[in-house]
Amino acid sequence: MQQIKISESHAYYGDLHVLNNVSLSIDKGEIISIIGPSGSGKSSLLKLLVGLLLPKSGTISISNKIIDYTNKAHLNYARNKTAIVFQQYNLFENMNVLKNVCIAPYKIQKRNKEEVEEQAIKLLDKVGLKNKLNSYPDELSGGQQQRVAIARALCLNPEILLLDEITSALDPELVKEVLDTIRVLASEGMTMLIVSHEMVFVKELSNKVVFMDEGAIVDFDTPQNIFESPKHFRIADFVSKILK
Amino acid sequence: MDRLIQELPSFLSIWNIIFLLKAMGVTFLLSLIGCLVGFSLGTLLAIFRKTKSALLIPLRILIVIYTEIFRRIPFLVSLLLIFYIFQIGKITDSLFIIAIVTVCLIATAFISEIVRSGLESVSQTQWDAAKAMNFSYYETLKEVIFPQAWKVIFPPAFSFFILFIKDTALASQIGVMELTFAGKVLNNKGFSPILVFGTVLILYFILSFPLDRFGKYMERKYATN
Repeated sequence: MQQIKISESHAYYGDLHVLNNVSLSIDKGEIISIIGPSGSGKSSLLKLLVGLLLPKSGTISISNKIIDYTNKAHLNYARNKTAIVFQQYNLFENMNVLKNVCIAPYKIQKRNKEEVEEQAIKLLDKVGLKNKLNSYPDELSGGQQQRVAIARALCLNPEILLLDEITSALDPELVKEVLDTIRVLASEGMTMLIVSHEMVFVKELSNKVVFMDEGAIVDFDTPQNIFESPKHFRIADFVSKILK
Repeated sequence: MDRLIQELPSFLSIWNIIFLLKAMGVTFLLSLIGCLVGFSLGTLLAIFRKTKSALLIPLRILIVIYTEIFRRIPFLVSLLLIFYIFQIGKITDSLFIIAIVTVCLIATAFISEIVRSGLESVSQTQWDAAKAMNFSYYETLKEVIFPQAWKVIFPPAFSFFILFIKDTALASQIGVMELTFAGKVLNNKGFSPILVFGTVLILYFILSFPLDRFGKYMERKYATN
């Protein structure tokens, strides 16, 4: 079943054309990695799906509904189906770990507070942070903050998880703890779009890989084809540099 | 010193005390209303100024013009301007109301700017995270942005309020019988200026000290995690 379909979408930051004629279909349960050089539009693609970047043209459907991002109800629908984990975690600095995870499900989704807290504690346990419920973001390491951000996203019960370079701001020794968390989620069948520079991780987990350059999708293929027999010079060049 | 001691019993007559307390009440009311209205309307203007809606562009332009003008005009000039506008327009003869309107206009402009800079001190990433989780604009402000902005807003806001209590003395220039004016009257009656204005100084301190403590309390309560 198709869960995300992007057709011929264009998006701009001011005059900068950040997404150029992007088309992509993702099935339920698929794990798609997005790779490409800096400024190629990888993060913009994720922001497009959650409405942090509005499309200028093209169509986007999420869970079989075409989304009009200028329509508040449609925007709410798209944001209810998806959850994004940002590169810089973006935890709310005025809230402790538990409140960071609970606030949106409780205040925005209007779910039962006890039920939300129970789920939040389970998720924080799953990411190894049950002992940090009352800590504030500035009391946690980068890896811990990123795992809180993952728990916060999961507590929204999304159908699609968007991960934006979640290990790029971390020290190498912290990368493993975050990637282990993602491996667990992958094994549970959640649809995921992952922007990552961790090529070993991309190869290991992804069903398919998107290669982007200058705002456009250059190729969308299996990890094996992208890494071992790239069809385009640009991909071969990028892969050879990054795997060196 | 001997003169001060000699004058003290007649200076502290019941009539003078009532006269000074009434004037202190006027200063207190001018300051209190100015601070409350300034804080409420200033915050509201800052919130409108931060919106992105195209429909609110004319309102945002008006807010910018208003805050930029009233932050740049001296208090006394604003006071005289409002005084003559009210006189020409025959709106009211009450000097107290004219002074109240002026202090509210000035406090709103200043506080609006302080709150705006406080809101802008919070990283855009906090707005993005809230937006992506479906927070509305007002939920984002209430739950995420203001709790982080208070630490930037409160210190200059309370410093402004304390300066503001002292600035209300200028209302005496249009004839409002506030604390400084009352001091001048008693001085003109022949009491020693050191005795009179020393007393006025103490009364200003009594007005501003609790506000300073309250500011510190608010900073402790809301401006930290």
